[in-house]
Amino acid sequence: MTSPPSVVTVENLEKRYGSFIAVSDVSFHVDEGEIFGILGPNGAGKTTTVESLQGLRSIEGGEVSVLGFDPRKHAAEIRRRIGSQLQESALPDRMKVWEALDLFGALRAGGRDWKDLLADWGLAKKADARFGSLSGGQQQRLFVALALANDPQLVFLDEMTTGLDPASRRVAWELIRRIRERGTTVVLVTHLMDEAETLCDRLVVVDSGTVVAEGSPQGLIERYGGGVRVRFTHDGDGLSWLGDVPHVTNVDRDRNRYEVRGEGPVLAYVAAALVERGIAPVDLRQERATLEDVFLALTNEETE
Amino acid sequence: MRLLTKMSWLELKLFLREPLTVLFAVALPLLVLFVMGGVFGNEVDAEFYRGIGAMDYYVPAYVALVTASVGLISLPVHIAGNRELGVLKRYHASGMPTWVVVGASVITMFIIALFSAVLLVAVAKLVHNIAMPDSTSGVSAAFVVSGLAFAALGVLLGAVLPNARAAQALGVLLWFVMLILGGAGPPPEVLTGVMDPIGRITPLRHAIRAMQDGWLRLDAGLSWLIVALVFVGATAAANRYFRWE
Repeated sequence: MTSPPSVVTVENLEKRYGSFIAVSDVSFHVDEGEIFGILGPNGAGKTTTVESLQGLRSIEGGEVSVLGFDPRKHAAEIRRRIGSQLQESALPDRMKVWEALDLFGALRAGGRDWKDLLADWGLAKKADARFGSLSGGQQQRLFVALALANDPQLVFLDEMTTGLDPASRRVAWELIRRIRERGTTVVLVTHLMDEAETLCDRLVVVDSGTVVAEGSPQGLIERYGGGVRVRFTHDGDGLSWLGDVPHVTNVDRDRNRYEVRGEGPVLAYVAAALVERGIAPVDLRQERATLEDVFLALTNEETE
Repeated sequence: MRLLTKMSWLELKLFLREPLTVLFAVALPLLVLFVMGGVFGNEVDAEFYRGIGAMDYYVPAYVALVTASVGLISLPVHIAGNRELGVLKRYHASGMPTWVVVGASVITMFIIALFSAVLLVAVAKLVHNIAMPDSTSGVSAAFVVSGLAFAALGVLLGAVLPNARAAQALGVLLWFVMLILGGAGPPPEVLTGVMDPIGRITPLRHAIRAMQDGWLRLDAGLSWLIVALVFVGATAAANRYFRWE
């Protein structure tokens, strides 16, 4: 079995701003056709990392290859072949939507027809609107459409759903899946856990300029999610025996809310033990750990 | 090339959508013309204005002044403002070549300056019946050379200044000093003390002399060369200091 070729490889990337080390040791690879997530708290070095890959930053150390090119030597080659939606950028307020797409599409012969892109991203009615008159969400969608205007092999989306309301965010996720279906590899920078969990095939968690975990969302949840959690409510005391139920490792109580943690078939044993004692909570349930739990476990030790 | 054309056309449209900057670029030279023309008329006085009528002296000077105002003010504000907003970064990340971004701004600047200069000359001809250019090619050459010199200075200012406000402040200051001491305001003959030497080192003084050479066959001395050197020097510096963000 051969794995698909890597479109991005990063080995021991290092980036300093003066004495400030933004990225100290970041390594990962992105395979063709996947949606790859870079997840981390604000200031972790996510944007610095992707901007280094796009040839927008000098690189102090490490080996980087994007579509087979080294951003230190062939930044222009890379930029021509990728699409980028930057976290901080803008267009002139008086530039119209269609003018922007027309201009960016002209960067590469055979780029996509901007009318299709407008329709894809729900901007068809806004073709003649000026950039400055668009809402935050519309501006974000325009930037993503611009990132796709040169029909790139690889697209970088940096915090693209920031500023979108929940409904537009769902729409954007669907569109990101469609980008991938067209054969474009997607590198998604985000600090939104549900976004990463829903969209990414694989991801790295970055904190303080280093990679602290790498894997599929499900793999990370299994590894760092903190086992199984069973929750229910019960009025009254006398449940101290819960700690002795098989597979249970920990019991937390907040007034009438109980959280039982453990490994394996915790739910079945807890349910049986409760019923045996005549207690049948209607809200007994097992809660699945989410990427958010993983993220907090990996990056937020100081609040423990 | 197709990209440069597209970008230049877009830049021109964007410029025309900014009513205040259009007004500034077109109306300011006319305003100066009306004030100075009203004060001095076009009578010949051997002591001033290199011995020719005031308006005959001033109109070539104002044509040079137009290239200075667009180059020293409009262009730096445009470039620094676009960097400040993140527009340049947006272009850069998409692989837009530097020469397209800068070239389109300079081309737009030339078109605006040309329109403004033609309007200025037409009004001056109607109102003051000024002398028309003696050598069209000489005037065209002076327009191109001084336009390029001020464009290069403008790109340099836009490259080194952090934002639109700083560019506006310094651009207007430089433009005003050049207007007063460079020979587009009071006649150079009345500048005393340190004013005249300062006037002599302003690029505008030499742009005016080159323009008057083509227009009126007045000796320009080394002025052509000096304006060309300003272009070369400012281009080299702008190329070195240009930043996308």
